[in-house]
Amino acid sequence: MALLDVKNLSVTFDTPDGQIEAVKNVSFHIEPGECLGIVGESGSGKSQTFMAAMGLLAENGTTGGTVDYDGHDLLHLTPEEHNRIRGDQISMIFQDPLTALTPHMRIVDQMAEVLHEHKGLTGARARALCLEWLTRVRIPEAERRLRQFPHELSGGMRQRVMIAMAMLCNPRLLIADEPTTALDVTVQAEILDLMVELQKQEGTAIALITHDMGVVARMCDRIQVMRLGEFVEQGPADEIFHAPKHDYTRMLLRAMPRIDEPNKGKPLVPVTDRSEPILKVEDVKVHFPVRLDQGLFGKTVPLKAVDGVSFDLYASETIGIVGESGCGKSTLARAVLQLIPPTLGSVSWLGKPIVGLPRKQMIPYRKDLQIVFQDPLASLNPRMTIAASIAEPLRTFQPGLTSRQRKLEVAAMMEKVGLDQRMINRYPHELSGGQNQRVGIARAMINRPRLIICDEAVSALDVSIQAQVIDLLKDLQREFGLSMIFISHDLSVVREISHRILVLYLGRAVELADRDAIYGDARHPYTRALISAVPVPDPRIEKTRQRIKIPGELPSPLDPGASLRFLTSKLAAGDRNYVPEFRKVDVQHWVAEHDPLEDLLEQKAV
Amino acid sequence: MVTRPGQKPETIGTIRNERIVEKLVEAEKVKGRSLWQDAAGRFTRNRAAVAALVTLLAVVIFTLLGPFIAQWSNEEIDWARMGDIAGQGGPSIETGHYFGLDEVGRDLFARTIQATQTSLIVGVIGALMAVIIGTLYGAISGFVGGWVDNLMMRTVDILIAVPYMFIIILLMVMFERSFLMLFVGIGVVSWLEMSRIVRGQTLSLKHREFIEAAQAAGVGWFTIVRRHILPNLMGVVVVYATLLVPQMILVESFISFLGLGVQEPNTSLGALISKGASTIIYGTIWQLAWPLVFFLLTIISLFFIGDGLRDALDPKER
Repeated sequence: MALLDVKNLSVTFDTPDGQIEAVKNVSFHIEPGECLGIVGESGSGKSQTFMAAMGLLAENGTTGGTVDYDGHDLLHLTPEEHNRIRGDQISMIFQDPLTALTPHMRIVDQMAEVLHEHKGLTGARARALCLEWLTRVRIPEAERRLRQFPHELSGGMRQRVMIAMAMLCNPRLLIADEPTTALDVTVQAEILDLMVELQKQEGTAIALITHDMGVVARMCDRIQVMRLGEFVEQGPADEIFHAPKHDYTRMLLRAMPRIDEPNKGKPLVPVTDRSEPILKVEDVKVHFPVRLDQGLFGKTVPLKAVDGVSFDLYASETIGIVGESGCGKSTLARAVLQLIPPTLGSVSWLGKPIVGLPRKQMIPYRKDLQIVFQDPLASLNPRMTIAASIAEPLRTFQPGLTSRQRKLEVAAMMEKVGLDQRMINRYPHELSGGQNQRVGIARAMINRPRLIICDEAVSALDVSIQAQVIDLLKDLQREFGLSMIFISHDLSVVREISHRILVLYLGRAVELADRDAIYGDARHPYTRALISAVPVPDPRIEKTRQRIKIPGELPSPLDPGASLRFLTSKLAAGDRNYVPEFRKVDVQHWVAEHDPLEDLLEQKAV
Repeated sequence: MVTRPGQKPETIGTIRNERIVEKLVEAEKVKGRSLWQDAAGRFTRNRAAVAALVTLLAVVIFTLLGPFIAQWSNEEIDWARMGDIAGQGGPSIETGHYFGLDEVGRDLFARTIQATQTSLIVGVIGALMAVIIGTLYGAISGFVGGWVDNLMMRTVDILIAVPYMFIIILLMVMFERSFLMLFVGIGVVSWLEMSRIVRGQTLSLKHREFIEAAQAAGVGWFTIVRRHILPNLMGVVVVYATLLVPQMILVESFISFLGLGVQEPNTSLGALISKGASTIIYGTIWQLAWPLVFFLLTIISLFFIGDGLRDALDPKER
């Protein structure tokens, strides 16, 4: 018998702008102990389906159909009855582990609350059980963590606490809503491993809601593909990935960039001229003063967001910059553009240094140096039509144009980036995320710049849109001989678009190599761990793949020993301020000094 | 596209231009829905706010058209009835005193119109001063930041620390009591709160990506404030200003109630209410009732409009 049986569930929201049907008549079931994946792009209603089942729908939502759990119809329970089931037999983990934990409660109190509510356990027995679960989700120093507050833990650790809390009452069903989306790839890999393990040991069924085909391939037995509130396809994971029947599923799989299968989109334009770099970045450092509460007046220490990064960029070349959150990749981009002045080091554009130029003298360079941002909607002024946004750089650099000429230029650029010119008078909120990102690209391109920095430019987009935007960037590169710095945390995307790739770790470069070299012949342990952590959208490969795991969490950049995590021999020798050398190992392949991977793995195991 | 004489050569190939121009002509028909239009739609669906707006408009129209209906001017004294106001001065259609007489025998209908006009003008001008000074001050302080921000905001803190009623009363006592002084007095204090609110909003806008995009496009700082910051502040400013109008009316009424506001022969709702309250022992209830009704209608409808605007301009806040 199915554990959870959903029949003809529909969810409708009543908004000031009319009724919105978020979920339309969906039916599915979850068997005990299995992992069901619900995949879909944003707005497909995948989260709302489960919110409705758990009675957590927003006030303006109404439901139809039945959700049968163990003889109860979950849609028609009173809040009290619901509370008895929620957290006890069915529990949930959410995307953002910081907002899902109460900030002012110690970990032990939050966890004990669940036990008190459902099992009536208090005091030492509750505490013992909490400790047991924290150990089981492999939180280091669990005893100490019990007394800590959520903000003292890292993102990965918080998600582990969430999982421990969800598992406290041995639920029969765990609903995981994008559990790893907000986490770095290496942490994601560990959390997913943990969930698989718990599923096997405890026999808990998991409903995994995600947009990431790679994660689904790794975890799930059965998959439901959701689109615009409906299921378009369902079946065993193997079948969905290897013999998809619905066009939408096929499209999703095709659009998903794969780290093991590059060149899925349009081919890259080769770099022809490597004689003279157009952009030279030398030993750039950006330090932010951070106040610590120490002593009477506190003390200021530098947070080394970027700590000595150098690279060259040639005409019509793309350099990919990858790294996990907090590695300084966005700060580096802004330092190159002089939006944040670098603390030290030099940036030269076409042989001329641009660091420290007064704002007025920097303006002529801005024509050539442009940036595309991560969040397409936030990067456009909501009160301006998209045409006005696109035309803004024109007004600065070609003030002589009449408004008619400007409009023509804008329309011509809109055509190039694949926007219908009839949308010229529209506002950003009327467009989709992908269209808004095209507006952002059009604005960056309007003055025909020679360098565009894409700061996580496709990260907020759905995979299908992502693929289109990447193709667009490649087309623009071919047509205008554009150079790009492509910043992303997503290694598969970076591989699609970059000629060379620079890996950052806590503000320092650890490896710089040709795109194929870095994936085929990674030398630095961090690069290797990073690459092996990326999930591949293919269940056959995913379930057999071995991962390189360097134990421990990403350390804080304020920790002085953090940057020597891969050179522990120096750390052991007491040389805490040693700066690892960036050595050339091959043509176009540099690697930072490090201990051999085997040593690192062994050492941590002790 | 027909090439008109004297037209500048276009920067892009002509054949392609023709096609683009065609599309642009088509685009003219497709008008985007701006956030303002969206908000207007939401506002009109809010029944309470629309009713309040209608009421307020009715009051305004009444003050504009009323003088044509009135049979007496606001200065004339009805000598025939002034001896027995409690007996003969009540509201009546035959005598032409629709709202009755005031305590010295003037027509209350005309007086109420005059008072409502004064109060509305005081409220609107006070709010306008707050909007203009407060918005500019707050936006510059927030956007420039650093020591400028510190200096500007500490100044505001000091001014807010002085009880505003004192300032206004002092101004009224020291200088001649006139409309001008009243506006100066109210204007001096009304922008302080507004500048704080605007500064806070500016700070949160300043780090948005579209501001960074404008900086990357080489746009100067004052243009950024004008083109990107101010239009995005307008929602908050409009809401706050609408709620400020009744507040200003209340302040003025309180001052007039104390006897320090506008002077005879001018009057305001506060002054009329004050007089009406003092004569209520003689049984002339209409002298209090009429100005009070107009006062409440104006204030309550302004509050409802302000609330409606807030809901319409910031749907997420609900």
